[in-house]
Amino acid sequence: MKPPPFDYVAPPSLDEAVAVLADEDQDSKVLAGGQSLIPLLSLRLAYPDVLVDLGRIDGLGSIEHADDTVVIGAMATQHEAETSHLLHELCPLVPEALANVAHPQIRSRGTVGGSVAHGDPAAELPAVVVALDATVRAVGPNGTRTIAARDLYSGMMTTTLREDEVLTSVEIPTVREGSGSACVEVARRAGDYAMAGAVAQVTVEKGTFADTRLVLFSVSDTPARIDAVERALTGAEAKPEVIARATAAAAEDLDLLADPRVSQDYARHLAEVVARRALTTALERSA
Amino acid sequence: MSTHTITLTVNGREHTEEVEARLTLADLLRERLDLTATHLGCEHGVCGACTVLLDGKPARSCLTLAVQAEGAKIRTLEGLADPEGELHPVQQGFWEKHGMQCGFCTPGIVMSVVELLERDPDPSDDEIAATLGGHLCRCTGYVKIREAVREAVRLRSGSHSPQEIRR
Ligand SMILES: Cc1cc2nc3c(=O)[nH]c(=O)nc-3n(C[C@H](O)[C@H](O)[C@H](O)COP(=O)(O)OP(=O)(O)OC[C@H]3O[C@@H](n4cnc5c(N)ncnc54)[C@H](O)[C@@H]3O)c2cc1C
Ligand code: FES
Ligand code: FES
Repeated sequence: MKPPPFDYVAPPSLDEAVAVLADEDQDSKVLAGGQSLIPLLSLRLAYPDVLVDLGRIDGLGSIEHADDTVVIGAMATQHEAETSHLLHELCPLVPEALANVAHPQIRSRGTVGGSVAHGDPAAELPAVVVALDATVRAVGPNGTRTIAARDLYSGMMTTTLREDEVLTSVEIPTVREGSGSACVEVARRAGDYAMAGAVAQVTVEKGTFADTRLVLFSVSDTPARIDAVERALTGAEAKPEVIARATAAAAEDLDLLADPRVSQDYARHLAEVVARRALTTALERSA
Repeated sequence: MSTHTITLTVNGREHTEEVEARLTLADLLRERLDLTATHLGCEHGVCGACTVLLDGKPARSCLTLAVQAEGAKIRTLEGLADPEGELHPVQQGFWEKHGMQCGFCTPGIVMSVVELLERDPDPSDDEIAATLGGHLCRCTGYVKIREAVREAVRLRSGSHSPQEIRR
């Protein structure tokens, strides 16, 4: 047996799960799909006293259309979201990004909420929720609160979720008329975490960029929204050359995470390439 | 450290076991139930050797706790064919096309492919590649494995390959 010893509970309700998490005498951790947490346990990088499995709570896994958002329950699997017709139609960036997450055999168990809460800076979904200005809902001992995705990631694998809170859903704004989006990444092998990746969404009105979103992942310690490019493009002529100029300028100023496997020059090059390709593809798709 | 009494169905047979919370499904299958076709390579989700079907979906048994499988239906390689009977079409495909050398990766790949073909009897090359991408094979090479999958598709659809007819 590789993981360290721990207790396990699988409460039937959210309230009971939160009650265990709120008990300060023990260090507890939420267990969702386990596709990040169980490796951490087996590598003995995590030593919780108790795992609180959300898998027996009903109603946390739905994917529903509500006003101008699609609400994805935290326990919806990555596979379910990847194959959701609703998301393909209304939030196509989500399934596109998910296809790059690990492998089908992992997406069958890994959850949307788990990926968003885990906050790996190399992960696709955190970048998507930041780019699309999604909102997450969390339930804790004091009730429910909503957190804007752009306020969620505070540092390397750290979020502003409290330890006694359960992320229950992610609300993704639906795509607007005239918008296009894309997720582009470079990884050593298909399914690996990216060396650099970008998600982009553009909205074009009368030949100019009315709205531009660009988030890079795997380049810094949190998903990095590239304001400089968003500012440079918004209002500018919607053309690939304009994108190329903006991404080249922004790449020079990027504050890159030191990564022993990727030299700084190469990382900067990759960041520029994925940013340009994601925006250019998003532009093509906006037509 | 909590222990739990769990009941799960493995290859159609119900088992009730007392397990520590930290016992993985892979260790339960291999060490308690003696179902050693499910192999353990990396034990952190990368290699795919431990892949089984959990309620019909592929799952890394090294990344699933036995307690999480309470009430679940598990299928492993041992459940595919009767020891005295014919091989499962996916196994037959691997046999015909030499889709293995050492065979370490094979049980996991076969289970993934069984799931793929039950979901989509005629998958595209991309779908096959995505499924095989979740498995590491260090010796055969993926070309023979892909041929084995294509053979399995043919065998399942009832149209026989030249080798089949010759025998
Ligand atoms: C081989 C391999 C390759 C991978 N490649 C990629 C990849 O390319 N891109 C990628 O994005 N991911 C990748 N992953 C990770 C995978 O996507 C995980 O499924 C995901 O990161 C975590 O989701 P989970 O449901 O499995 O969560 P778990 O592993 O159960 O939990 C992860 C963390 O989040 C917390 N948590 C989970 N759910 C909640 C919740 N609802 N509320 C509060 N806290 C919660 C847990 O306490 C834990 O700290 C890979 C995993 C493996 C094993
Ligand atoms: S042993 Fe489970 S994926 Fe390698
Ligand atoms: S046959 Fe040896 S690892 Fe695949």
